[in-house]
Amino acid sequence: MKRRIPTSVTLLLLGLAALCCLFGTLRGEGETVRAKAAAVCLECIGIG
Amino acid sequence: MKRKSHAALRKAVQAIWGLLTNAHLSGFVKGTIYQGPLKRFCVPGMNCYSCPGALGACPIGAMQALFNGRRRRFAFSVVGYLAAVGLLAGRFVCGWLCLFGLLQELLYKIPTPKLKVPEKADRVLRLLKYGVLLILVFALPFFWRGEGGAGEPFFCKYLCPVGTLEAGAPLVLLRGELRAAVGLLFRWKLLWLALILFSSVFVYRPFCKYLCPLGAFYSLFQKISLLRLSLDGEKCVSCGKCERTCPMDVRVTADPNSAECIRCGACVRSCPSGALHFTGGRWKLDGGASPSRKKPE
Repeated sequence: MKRRIPTSVTLLLLGLAALCCLFGTLRGEGETVRAKAAAVCLECIGIG
Repeated sequence: MKRKSHAALRKAVQAIWGLLTNAHLSGFVKGTIYQGPLKRFCVPGMNCYSCPGALGACPIGAMQALFNGRRRRFAFSVVGYLAAVGLLAGRFVCGWLCLFGLLQELLYKIPTPKLKVPEKADRVLRLLKYGVLLILVFALPFFWRGEGGAGEPFFCKYLCPVGTLEAGAPLVLLRGELRAAVGLLFRWKLLWLALILFSSVFVYRPFCKYLCPLGAFYSLFQKISLLRLSLDGEKCVSCGKCERTCPMDVRVTADPNSAECIRCGACVRSCPSGALHFTGGRWKLDGGASPSRKKPE
């Protein structure tokens, strides 16, 4: 019989994901993303 | 009737979400893209950040942008964000918040004979999206370096049909300098997009089923996400209606939280005995007590 993963495990993983997100944000990843996303991405449109 | 109104509601949510996240409408006239502060945040679905209307960043593009810089960096913020979305709702985003998914669904509505991919081939093809995620989104952008030490966003560059449709086509049409730069790569991407759109007429959401790296990522969390599908074994009359209704061909009674389920809810609406329902953590979302944990016979 398959056991359902307890909600507490999901919540714990959710906390870890939030920490991961926070860590990335604090080291400036948002700015790198903005710099890339605010210019026309030639690779995305098939030119670069 | 109930099923039809549910399908209409889902289409409306998909369309409204698509409009909200692509609300920089002047871009479609001027051939420019939005450059404001919202661009540092990722939307949850596939939405090219070079689309003239896009207000946010595409998570798959953002991930590769962080991986392929001269200074190799792991994309903690994007991976954490996507994991959080996946842990909350699994592939709900695929079913309710993806504009490219909506387009494929609309194309599938064109009345033509539909193609049934043989089960064995279908099972193998569905694994492709994990390969795309692992190789084109993670490994190559992270490890491969070309001239000058910069990497490439391999998925966006060679395989993403969303960028060609939402950004490539409108920008090339609107901007002469881009039109002049069109070459073999653009023609390949256009052909690839046409192939995917054409196959969407005959196969339900072929890109989502077989190639989408974002769907592959979210599917990793299907079985542990807070939003889950529950089957009440006592109520199930084994009529098989849910499986016949499922557009993604999921064996709902055997595996209600299959990696292939896009949480569209068609099975829930079609169940004549009310045995299927969504749960959020311990709570039945359509009201009432906690779901039964009994397995079907």
